[in-house]
Amino acid sequence: MTFLEINDVHKRYGQHDVLRGVSLDVAKHEVVCLIGASGSGKSTLLRCINALEPIHSGEISVDGDVVSGQGVDVNRLRRNVGMVFQSYNLFPHMSVLRNITLAPVKVGGKPRAEADELALALLDRVGMKDKAEAYPDALSGGQQQRVAIVRALASSPQVLLLDEITAALDPELVGDVLAIVRELAQDGLTMLLATHEMGFAREVASQVCFLHQGRILERGTPAQIFEDPQEDRTRQFLSRVLVAGRL
Amino acid sequence: MVPVVSPALTSDPRIAAEAPGTPTPPQRVLPTAIVALLIAALCALAAVLALWSVDRMLDGPPAAVGAALVAVGAGALLPLVPAVRAFGNARSRARLLAEGRLAAARHEAAAGREHAHTAMGYAVAVLILAMLISLTTANDGAITTTFLRWQFLQSSFLDVLGAFWVNVKVAVGAQVLVLVVGLLVAVMRLLPGRAGRPLRWMAIGYVDTFRAIPSIIVLYLVGFGLKLAEVPLVEDLSPIWLAIIALTLTYSAYVAEVYRAGIESIHPSQWAASRSLGLSYGMTLRTVIVPQAVRRIVPPLLNDFIGLQKDTALIGVMGVVDAFARSRLAASNVFNLTPVIVVAVLFVLITIPQARYVDRLLAKQQRRTGRAA
Repeated sequence: MTFLEINDVHKRYGQHDVLRGVSLDVAKHEVVCLIGASGSGKSTLLRCINALEPIHSGEISVDGDVVSGQGVDVNRLRRNVGMVFQSYNLFPHMSVLRNITLAPVKVGGKPRAEADELALALLDRVGMKDKAEAYPDALSGGQQQRVAIVRALASSPQVLLLDEITAALDPELVGDVLAIVRELAQDGLTMLLATHEMGFAREVASQVCFLHQGRILERGTPAQIFEDPQEDRTRQFLSRVLVAGRL
Repeated sequence: MVPVVSPALTSDPRIAAEAPGTPTPPQRVLPTAIVALLIAALCALAAVLALWSVDRMLDGPPAAVGAALVAVGAGALLPLVPAVRAFGNARSRARLLAEGRLAAARHEAAAGREHAHTAMGYAVAVLILAMLISLTTANDGAITTTFLRWQFLQSSFLDVLGAFWVNVKVAVGAQVLVLVVGLLVAVMRLLPGRAGRPLRWMAIGYVDTFRAIPSIIVLYLVGFGLKLAEVPLVEDLSPIWLAIIALTLTYSAYVAEVYRAGIESIHPSQWAASRSLGLSYGMTLRTVIVPQAVRRIVPPLLNDFIGLQKDTALIGVMGVVDAFARSRLAASNVFNLTPVIVVAVLFVLITIPQARYVDRLLAKQQRRTGRAA
């Protein structure tokens, strides 16, 4: 059963076409990895799903309801669709705990005590319970990104969008963050990841999409994409990644 | 220092000419030391002359004042100390150089030049102070007697201090209103979309107008105009309230721009993060953007607030007797400007604690959010 449906989505910035007819179906509990060179449209696609960017044509629906275009309650959509960013984007003037409970309390209408309890439980899961009262600037990049994931999870989203969440991290911190994503995948959370971590994509993805110049050029299981790519572009991209030592 | 660049890598003949391994000779110290000593001596002389003129003006001052003058004079001689020490360094440098201890000679030369420069820096400060002191004693102390007469200070102080309370009330009242109105105007100016356009334009028009009109004119127009026109509600307000309104009109325009700069300085990723969590535009502004912006704008805000405080000295034009009006009255009674100096000092005295408070506030914020100070 398709949970997230993206149908022929086009997106322009001025004269520049960023997405040129992207279609993608994601079932519940699926983990879809978007790979491709910088500028291929991975991040833009994620931002469009979250309605952070308006689309010019096409349609996006979540759980059978169209969420693109005018008149959609984007705030409600976003509670179902969580997002984690490359540069964490924590709120620097709030403690870790307040960062996490902001949306559940202000938008979800949860009592503060209940939100705190949930936040602490989630922080405990990612090994950050002792940092609940810390401020983001006092944390390492890996710790900040773990908090950002918890912040997105605190609204109990049905699908999580992860936009190159390890790209800004020091190599030794990447493992901690990926371990959390792996765990979430095992728990059955529906996820879309834009990523450059090919090894990780191969391990967790149920579906891999190779984006090239605003189109999904090739898609399939990790085995198909990584071991037997059909398109020249895909082969070129993967071999370049291989040379860079990232596979 | 010897350039590490190998001659083969550079076409610069100055670098190429210096073969690697040629040690740099220590810098010369003696000329600098001589200049420093001369400057220090001249400045000390100027200071002693200035103090002597004070002594003459006071015509046999009390023992305590005399002792103070001597102490200050001794202080003026202090720059001579590092100047003399520079000569010692110059001697050591020559000796070490003769012994071929190049590195030690270089250290000695650096220390000597540092001493000489210190002597010159302090000497110039002494000279400036000496000139200021000479100014106060010029024309047989006319400046001092015009601006600072103890008896007029005593006679006017309580009056002026009482009237200063009016300035404080107006300043605090206007500052509170400015914080609110300024934020409203800033938010109006940032309203998105076609729906917000007329309000955006109104905000721009308001800022352009009231930032341009001198506040003394706004005070004058509000102070007399609203009463003359018998505007309902406003005509019965006390002059103090009218002054608060007038200054709020002027300074909200400045502060709105400060707020706007602060809000626009918050990175768009903060908007994206907040909106992606399902917070609305207004809620994002209120809980994520404005709180961060306010922290950033505290220093420029203090600037505008100090400007506002100073402009309370203008409310005399609308007939309010504030500290400045009161002091001018007192000054014309005694034909001496000492009461006006009292107001000036009062303005300084209320400003300094605010500046220090803001410094501490910022330091505290930085500690709390874990940023290195």
